[in-house]
Amino acid sequence: MSNQSDQHESSNKPPIRKEMSRRQFLTYTLGGATAFMMGGVALPMVRFAVDPVLRQKGEGAYIKVVEASKITTEPQEFTFELKQQDGWYLSTATLTAWISKDEKGKIYALSPICKHLGCTVGWNKNQEFPEQYFCPCHGAHYTKEGKQLAVAPKPLDEYRVKLENDWILLGEIIPNTIVK
Amino acid sequence: MLKNMYNWIDERLDITPIWRDVADHEVPEHVNPAHHFSAFVYCFGGLTFFITVIQILSGMFLTMYYVPDIINAYGSVEYLQTQVAFGQIVRGMHHWGASLVIVMMFLHTLRVFFTGSYKAPREMNWVVGMLIFFVMIGLGLTGYLLPWDNKAYFATKVTLEIANSIPVLGPIMKELLQGGTIVGAETLTRFFAIHVFFLPAVLLTLLVGHFIMIRRQGISGPL
Repeated sequence: MSNQSDQHESSNKPPIRKEMSRRQFLTYTLGGATAFMMGGVALPMVRFAVDPVLRQKGEGAYIKVVEASKITTEPQEFTFELKQQDGWYLSTATLTAWISKDEKGKIYALSPICKHLGCTVGWNKNQEFPEQYFCPCHGAHYTKEGKQLAVAPKPLDEYRVKLENDWILLGEIIPNTIVK
Repeated sequence: MLKNMYNWIDERLDITPIWRDVADHEVPEHVNPAHHFSAFVYCFGGLTFFITVIQILSGMFLTMYYVPDIINAYGSVEYLQTQVAFGQIVRGMHHWGASLVIVMMFLHTLRVFFTGSYKAPREMNWVVGMLIFFVMIGLGLTGYLLPWDNKAYFATKVTLEIANSIPVLGPIMKELLQGGTIVGAETLTRFFAIHVFFLPAVLLTLLVGHFIMIRRQGISGPL
């Protein structure tokens, strides 16, 4: 008898369906609704907070600095003003560039910000290192092309240079392209 | 994964009883809208708290851009509202939420009043609720000045004149709130400090008391 009944049951076995229990369904529904509501509250705030990172960075404008005829093979210091919009605050930053030309007459402008820890370097500022850029903070010094000779890990940065009607225009600061 | 992490912590710190104590309590039938739809009036307190949480969050994010200074305050608000992504939404949440908190709190108070829930043994919770009401009003008042526009400026002048009209103490209170003899730079920093540090601290303390008491005493019985 029992044998027969076993056979009967196995032959009529219902197909296995992976059913979700009512509790599980309610848990998912509740969790999903909660997540949706919290997301609706949190997402605008998160996007609001990360806005500075996602903002399109404007192509740096070029600024007229000096007539090209005044540039010699000896580096000279020039300052120029950059209008910068800092959030709701419009300010003018004064930037400095050391401009010179090489033997072939190619003009390049170096940024005086030391690549060691950000102090300001100057040309021929130390008698021990003539014809070099020298940083007073930790004694980093650089060649005329900005090649680092001591302390600093990288060469001095360059400004993008553009020539227009015999005027030198300087743009954004980029890593040194002359030396490594 | 999450379950394993939870178990790992639970084995060491036995955290299950902590949240069980907070979460496991029966909702009586007479306050469950699934049983009697009119019981939605019992949701007003929870909704007030929900909006308060949104106020705290949106306020925290707004201070990333806002400056409490007479020269920059208006400019920073204008900047965050018009230039920053979702600035209008986040400021809008804080702006409309402020009004909504007052409305919800008022409805909650009406529910407590008309169901007689303030009666013994819950008188202390009613008093704490009233204190929360005053703190919320204070938050609304101090927050109103912060954008530093014409409306904010003159609304604050009016409020300070009202404080001034209190006999004897009035002039002192006015000057204390103003931080000087005119509504100006010192008033703005003062209101900012009260709005983002002092009153929220008081509010959270009172809310904790409010919630501990309601858990201790339970929800009042059916009418």
